[in-house]
Amino acid sequence: MQDLIWLLPMFPLLGFLSLVLTSGNLPKKLVGVIGVGSIGLSFLAAAVIAYQFLDSGETKLVVDMWRWMAVGGFTPGFSFYFDGLAVVMVLIITGVGFLIHLYSAGFMLDDPSYSRFFSYMNLFVASMLVLVLADNLLLLYLGWEGVGLCSYLLIGFWYEKPENGYAARKAFVTTRVGDTSMAIGLFLLFAQFGTLNIQDVLQEAQAQWALGSGLAVAVSLLLLGGAVGKSAQLPLQTWLPDAMAGPTPISALIHAATMVTAGVYLIARTHVLFELAPNVQLLVAWIGLITLLMAGFTAMTQYDIKRILAYSTVSQIGYMFLGLGVGAWSASIFHLMTHAFFKALLFLAAGTIIHSLHHEHNIFNMGGKRKQLPISFASFMIGSLALAAFPFTSGYFSKDEILIAALEMEGPGMILWLGGVLGAFLTGIYSFRLVFVVFFGESRGHHEEAEVTGFSMATPLILLMVLALFGGWIQIPVAEVFAHGGEQEEHHISALMHGIMIAVPLLGIGLSYLFFMSKTFSVERLMQKPLAESLHRFWFSGWRMDGLYDFLFVRPFVLLAKINRRDVLDALYDLLVEISKTAHAMLARSQTGQLGLYALSIGVSAVLLISLGVLL
Amino acid sequence: MILLALIVVLFLGGVLAWLSEALDPKFPRFVALIAVLIDLLLMLSLLGADAEDAGWIVQLNAEWMPRFGIFFHLAADGLSILMMVLTAFLGVIAIASAWDEITERTGFFYFNLLWALAGIIGVFTALDLFLFFFFWEVMLIPMYFIIAIWGHENKNYAAMKFFIFTQISGMLMLVSILVLVYLHYVQFGSFSFAYLDLLEVNTSGAIEMWVMLGFFIAFSTKLPSVPFHSWLPDAHSQAPTAGSVLLAGVLLKTGAYGLIRFAVPFFPEASMQFAPFAMTLAVISILYCAKLAFAQTDVKRLIAYTSVSHMGFVLLGIYAWNEQALQGAVMTMLAHGLSAAALFMLAGGLQHRIHTRDMEHMGGFWAKVPRLSFVALFFSVAALGMPGLGNFVGEFLALLGAFQANIGLTVAAAFGLIFASVYSLWVIQKVFHGAYRNSDFDDARLHDLSRREMFYFGAMMIGLIWMGMYPQSFLDLSSVPLVDLLSHTEQLLSAGSGEP
Repeated sequence: MQDLIWLLPMFPLLGFLSLVLTSGNLPKKLVGVIGVGSIGLSFLAAAVIAYQFLDSGETKLVVDMWRWMAVGGFTPGFSFYFDGLAVVMVLIITGVGFLIHLYSAGFMLDDPSYSRFFSYMNLFVASMLVLVLADNLLLLYLGWEGVGLCSYLLIGFWYEKPENGYAARKAFVTTRVGDTSMAIGLFLLFAQFGTLNIQDVLQEAQAQWALGSGLAVAVSLLLLGGAVGKSAQLPLQTWLPDAMAGPTPISALIHAATMVTAGVYLIARTHVLFELAPNVQLLVAWIGLITLLMAGFTAMTQYDIKRILAYSTVSQIGYMFLGLGVGAWSASIFHLMTHAFFKALLFLAAGTIIHSLHHEHNIFNMGGKRKQLPISFASFMIGSLALAAFPFTSGYFSKDEILIAALEMEGPGMILWLGGVLGAFLTGIYSFRLVFVVFFGESRGHHEEAEVTGFSMATPLILLMVLALFGGWIQIPVAEVFAHGGEQEEHHISALMHGIMIAVPLLGIGLSYLFFMSKTFSVERLMQKPLAESLHRFWFSGWRMDGLYDFLFVRPFVLLAKINRRDVLDALYDLLVEISKTAHAMLARSQTGQLGLYALSIGVSAVLLISLGVLL
Repeated sequence: MILLALIVVLFLGGVLAWLSEALDPKFPRFVALIAVLIDLLLMLSLLGADAEDAGWIVQLNAEWMPRFGIFFHLAADGLSILMMVLTAFLGVIAIASAWDEITERTGFFYFNLLWALAGIIGVFTALDLFLFFFFWEVMLIPMYFIIAIWGHENKNYAAMKFFIFTQISGMLMLVSILVLVYLHYVQFGSFSFAYLDLLEVNTSGAIEMWVMLGFFIAFSTKLPSVPFHSWLPDAHSQAPTAGSVLLAGVLLKTGAYGLIRFAVPFFPEASMQFAPFAMTLAVISILYCAKLAFAQTDVKRLIAYTSVSHMGFVLLGIYAWNEQALQGAVMTMLAHGLSAAALFMLAGGLQHRIHTRDMEHMGGFWAKVPRLSFVALFFSVAALGMPGLGNFVGEFLALLGAFQANIGLTVAAAFGLIFASVYSLWVIQKVFHGAYRNSDFDDARLHDLSRREMFYFGAMMIGLIWMGMYPQSFLDLSSVPLVDLLSHTEQLLSAGSGEP
């Protein structure tokens, strides 16, 4: 069975192909069966293979499909590499992916492009599975670009609106900047080692590169460039909030649970390279910290329910980067998993709210909806508790591990920890701001609507609630993958620190309560202070990063393109044409047909030439 | 003999097609189709054959003008065969795209089409420089007529520009060929136009740089590369669709082929000295023309500029001159041949339907013509270098190889990947996404792809997926000749450096 690992991406790929080739001519029921069923089969296969693999006690498994190309020593294959990390990733992708597909079957039922939707979704899952199963970086890059393409297609799914198309292109081009950096990293790795096989590269690097060597720094920086693109971290994070233009299940699948974690996966997969470049690894931590704080502040100011969740995603991936940066590899992957649970839950619940309230996105137009939308309420309650790392929810365990690792780190560990704790405080505020505003207080509009659910939409929510609550007790089998580094140490964190880490999110929730529930404090009054007001605007705009990039890159490019639309180089040739035309006209004018004039010019030229000859 | 047959079938087919118009204006297209299909079958029979000697799978060598060392020498190795199959395949596609579009003077049209194809196949197989030059001219003149007679609103300007650019650069090449032959005379005491003889000419002197430049300019004008590229957008926007298919699909590739087969192997030393400049031109082509493409509103002009940009990767790969880079260049030639031809056909199809190429008059076509839109999306995505499709394999290998030759220029060239995504997605947005826009055409005219169109677009899609997923079938063919050329230049370079 383990040799059948290729079935994992094959099922969704077949789903994609059958939906594309029938081009929307199948009945919706069948489309749903194909679209959801392919992921379900893939999940079953993944579960069986993972069980057998873990049971067998092997630490890795390589399955070669075929040689992709062989060009002078460059021999990447369609080969899959299966280990503990891959187990975790495929189960998240197919498991959470299946729940989201199931939900979509109900959510998208009224959409005329039902088939197109599922075809893209299936292609996405296939690409993502290739990404995490690839045994060489070129195949990984295939999955990497594939998820980027699907993300583009799905963000722009409702293509009639130009702004959706803009968001889609923004996502693709921004992440492509990162992808290009990563591609250059691959060139460099190949030039050094003559292979792109991941395990070989890691071994060679360990054998040949000294700690902190320039090549290690260059390669890990270039790969980091790719990672920050896909994982929406500073400085390439701007695309993710706009990516909410697509249907909500897409946000759940791509922009929360799976695709954006690709960068985290890449760094974890190639962590040996980052360990060889400690400065770059530290940079990863700082990028994570700064991103998580920036996104946390911004999330507090948003009022579009999906944008709040989007910024919280950016922020939570910041935690994963922080974890990677301090060497807490398995903790980061653990957080990746719990985040997939509770963020998928939150997005799907948000989808239910938006669906039920006729495409209302503004949380301040909701209010008091806990009776009206009970399942969404329960989902949001549990999801937000996990997001805010409330004790013993899944998010608590994973975030805790990351913060402890930061604290134990030498040097800047304390600052990183403090920043992380501040981030947890912000998380408490913004997540429960949303809960209090949407579900409590008095109702503002949308009184009549009942919650739209059904079997296919409610089941995933309930299962995800269970996972978000209890997912923290799952043991992920990644110890072997990251084992070669430092041994696992016992944590020796003082009770005080533990107390702080538990208390801070609660304080955030409490502050949120005072502002948005009991109205002890008033946001309006706070806003009257000019400083608070301008800070609010600054945060709301995402720290003006969009404007900055617009000014630095987009506008100059468009302007240059506009100025030179007619290609200045072609004008040179036109000039040449003009010159020869003028010369032609001048010479033609000399053809007067008067014999006397000809005789005269012959005589004069002869004299001139002879004298020239005599003189020289 | 099979090589001669390939060319003769096309020449005769052309004449027959012309004559058959007198019977019925619908006949020429059948004659042309049959002629090209015969060629395609003949070529496929070559694929099974093994290389006889020195990598030449099949050859024909007859005396022509022995006094001057001129032979009628045709030969094909894996590289030639790849290029010929691409030519014949796109020949079929070109005929299919002209099927309904060309209604006037059909006989003469298919005559020109077949003669251009014959010239191209001759260029890919000639191993005698005199013969090569002959075919070089043969493919040019029918192409001129195709643009000048069946082109669009500004066809005379475009045809003349195409003619002058290629003619002047061809003349430079002729001079270079003659100098090379003279050098052979000086060094060996006899005239020879034979490729294999001329390879032995020692070209490490001072004027060789200039001789090499003659070849380089001729081939890089055809490729085209900045600064000799500006004929292409005009030619493409004015040519009928079949003309664009041939132009983008194969005619440009003769330039790259010439560089690989002649320019670098004849002058290894001068070429290696010149390589940084050539690679710089390549990078400028990639980036500058990507930017120009983004600025265009005429769909065909836009695709034409993207062609120049993609050919930049070919030029980059050729002058990196190592196995990965060269294989990358060849794969890019093949994949771009299909993707660019398909994009031009889509643009042509749209123009045929709604009588405009201006993107300002398009928008939201997805809802109206989903099949056409999906096909366009597929080829745009291929063009922007999506892994799994042929273009990615080519460009990735070209960059991978180039990185080993010149890091700085390769990094700069890699930015082309970003630019490619900008312009490709822009086209999708303008034409297919957004709200449906109909400025001044009849809605009914905008109909989806017909069964015939789906058939040939499907064939091209399968080709690109094949190249992307299992490029080895193509790489295996080209690897023997490329490795031979590499070791040949290697020898000459080490011999040259061994002397004081």
